[in-house]
Amino acid sequence: MFSGREIADAISRLGYSHVVWVPDSVLGPWEAALEAAANFRLLRVCREGEAWPLAAGLQIGGKRPLVMMQCTGLFESGDALRNVLFDLALPITAIVGYRSYLAADSPDTARKFARPILDAWGIDYRLVATEDEKPQLASYLAECLRTGRPGVVLLAEGGT
Amino acid sequence: MSPTDADTRRMPLAAALEVLAELRGDRDVVVTTMGAAREWIRRRPHPLDFHYVPSTMSGGVPLALGLALAQPDREVTVLSGDGSLLMSLGALVTIADSGAANLTVAVIGNGVYEITGGQRIAGTGVDFAAVARACGFSNVARFSELDDFRARAKDVLSRPGPRLLELKVEPVREDYALVPPGPMQHRLERFRRALADSS
Repeated sequence: MFSGREIADAISRLGYSHVVWVPDSVLGPWEAALEAAANFRLLRVCREGEAWPLAAGLQIGGKRPLVMMQCTGLFESGDALRNVLFDLALPITAIVGYRSYLAADSPDTARKFARPILDAWGIDYRLVATEDEKPQLASYLAECLRTGRPGVVLLAEGGT
Repeated sequence: MSPTDADTRRMPLAAALEVLAELRGDRDVVVTTMGAAREWIRRRPHPLDFHYVPSTMSGGVPLALGLALAQPDREVTVLSGDGSLLMSLGALVTIADSGAANLTVAVIGNGVYEITGGQRIAGTGVDFAAVARACGFSNVARFSELDDFRARAKDVLSRPGPRLLELKVEPVREDYALVPPGPMQHRLERFRRALADSS
């Protein structure tokens, strides 16, 4: 749906300083564009549970991080997310790949649990699933940044 | 000294932390978690202490990395339990990959989950310094005797990072409970103000 250039340009315009990520097969092709961006730095973590406290340290230190991962990584990193967004109350934003959302008949359980888990954690999100909805990625993140609250863009992906 | 000797000798935790405290610069940040937080809090407070309590277990090291990357002109030291680090050993790879030269990971190697009462961690024989070196840390050291640590700490800390100091210390068998040092939001505000005031 998005090219790496489109994402990198959006991230630059929103003033992010760092992207903290674990890629999946949809986010992964953005790597070259994210790496080449002049206005922010791409940081690679080894598991998603590192991403949230790393972003927290950046935020506390005065930077503006964006977290990127697949929804399976969101599941994995639940306690870190809980601590950073609720105990520390930091307004960290994220782009999360919504695996198999576009495959309506998929038995993929990642598809089943993504939104219920975000709802259970009380985390606001915006689903971006069609070409027409693409502008909402930047507008939603901008609104989160303007109001100082956390939020997740759920980016619809195809089947596994 | 044989590896066996090094594995059995241990320093008193408070005395080992005192060595780090004496070498701390005025603008240096110290991030504490778990049992190390309890001991560090008992010392004289410093405005650039960030007691990561409540935390996510294993989150102290990546949080400190974020601070180090955000504040590249100051040193950041994180005091991490060995059990916490084992939960996210890959964080050492992340640190090395980031190139953060201003970060020191001080591993409090007591071999137990102290904060929950002293249950043994998996892998009490892990050589964290060797692991860190294999992950790409440029500067690592392992200390099990206080006199040796006192004698060499300044030299180790003066070299470029990322650094990992493995401190073999005695577990605290009593009074291990950690009392949160006040509301997190107040502490965060104070810490951010201290960063700004010392920029």
